[in-house]
Amino acid sequence: MSQSYNRGLIEDFGRWKEFSAGMWAWIFHKFTGWVLIGYLFTHIAVLSTAIGAAGDTAGIETGTDVYTTTIQGLEELFIIRVLEVGLLAVAVFHILNGLRLLMVDLGLGLDSQDKSFYASLILTAVIAIASVPTFMAGVSI
Amino acid sequence: MAERYSSFTPGGTGWLLQRLTAGFLAVVLAFHFLQLHFINHAADVTFAGTQARMENVGYFLVMVLFLITAAFHGLNGIYNALVNQGLSGGAKKAMFAVLSLAGIALVVQGIYVALAMAGYTT
Repeated sequence: MSQSYNRGLIEDFGRWKEFSAGMWAWIFHKFTGWVLIGYLFTHIAVLSTAIGAAGDTAGIETGTDVYTTTIQGLEELFIIRVLEVGLLAVAVFHILNGLRLLMVDLGLGLDSQDKSFYASLILTAVIAIASVPTFMAGVSI
Repeated sequence: MAERYSSFTPGGTGWLLQRLTAGFLAVVLAFHFLQLHFINHAADVTFAGTQARMENVGYFLVMVLFLITAAFHGLNGIYNALVNQGLSGGAKKAMFAVLSLAGIALVVQGIYVALAMAGYTT
């Protein structure tokens, strides 16, 4: 017989002081997932300017169509570049922790699942910091 | 044996599809970031450049599959997170309907955008 006990509501955030590494990994995966799906809707909304730009032959040739000017206009904003670095960090963590979850599902490396969470965090931080010069090129406050 | 904490039905289609799409998305999302932020830069994106990429049928199909799998993976993930949070009964059914409609709308709009980018709408 398996032992049964009352664990309370899993996502009771009031119990955060009791959370272990695996629980934090789960919370971070959920948070980054919400951000990514929210961004996907925003992304498609912005890219929808391509529908209006498609027939504007003269604008496309000179780079003054609504799609090009919308994207380039957004990219001139410092805050957009900062948010892009944040988006990269969120995506990298979700990918790395997702690979960790696939391994957990396959029963691989269960004994070191906490270490692989810390490794995901560190690698995410390193990639995000290393990407800053690329993302911030050609923009100022 | 430990209790199961997952909201997914063991051996269910949703569980399997969430993982299959995860494997695909891990590769394509990394490629997408590399291509549009490191090889090309987002600040240099133009409609002409986007169109040149989207006119390639293989690239076009990967991007459409990227959209469909991302929409499914994200909305299925939200649904299961809410079920974990205790969503049940009528609210669960209503949320399933709302998320399904949002997903369909997102994919339809995204495919329309992809067709416009590739020059099929003019």
